Amino acid sequence: MSLPTPGAMDTLSDTLNRIPYARFLGVRPELHGDEVTLVLPYKEALIGNPLLPALHGGAVGAFMELTAVAQLAVTAGAGAVAHLPKTIDVSVDYLRSGRPIDTFARARVVKVGRRIANCFVEAWQLERAQPIASLRGHFLMRGAETPDAV
Amino acid sequence: MDEKNEAPFFERMKPIAAQMMKGVPHAKAMGLEITDIQAARAFGRVLFREDLVGDPETGVIAGGVIITLMDSLGGVAVVAALEEATTVATLDLRIDYMRPAAPRRDVMAMAHCYHVARSAAFVRAVAYEDSPDDPVAHAIGVFMLSANAGRKSGANLEPPKKVTKP
Repeated sequence: MSLPTPGAMDTLSDTLNRIPYARFLGVRPELHGDEVTLVLPYKEALIGNPLLPALHGGAVGAFMELTAVAQLAVTAGAGAVAHLPKTIDVSVDYLRSGRPIDTFARARVVKVGRRIANCFVEAWQLERAQPIASLRGHFLMRGAETPDAV
Repeated sequence: MDEKNEAPFFERMKPIAAQMMKGVPHAKAMGLEITDIQAARAFGRVLFREDLVGDPETGVIAGGVIITLMDSLGGVAVVAALEEATTVATLDLRIDYMRPAAPRRDVMAMAHCYHVARSAAFVRAVAYEDSPDDPVAHAIGVFMLSANAGRKSGANLEPPKKVTKP
């Protein structure tokens, strides 16, 4: 197991603590080097299909979007992101139904430009190689010098 | 003419619209409501709540809430476009966040299932505060029909079948 990059855990925790919705979902951060893994511990409130039962697609999509935001904050480094990255668009592919167990997600920052970042996220449960969903999206990086406007 | 003159399926969904999300734990947890159902269309909303905020700096509801709203309404719109109840599953969902949402406001959404094919149905949806003509976000999604086909209730509680490669 690799140690987190110094300061990165603070940036990660700080980012997630700033997002009330992350607490609503109940996500928990892990960090290996500079690579963020978010954990979505199973709880009944995440269920979308009570028959199978399966996690709500919206919850899985939201969880992956959060993973991208968290990874982008860590990649940018402490202080570099004065404001949280803002989502411009996301595209979610649902590959398997989410079982009523813990879910994990990791984001790969495909490209960070001066203002826009492109991210690819995968979520999985039992096996990393058998993802339940993936997301790709664009995010607006808002440093101190670039205020709001998209 | 059909002698029984049975109302279209979506008409039978209408009276139970408000109850529909009560059996969906995640929708219930965020207070997601279906407010109306029309032919191939579903309307709904999420009332503003502090714990659903995505960025306290702006006080705007999280993008993830909009994903769940679009996904849920998309599924309902698909069923409202069919002749009978079936299970649906989201294949993909693309969301464009067109402008910053107004701080501390409820989010409404409307989904329209504009085409039903044999195995898949296609949906467009918008999220807005006041009018669908001034959307916060636009979504496009594809849903698989008869998603539970062949899968029994509780199927996800069984261990996964091992696929043995030849």
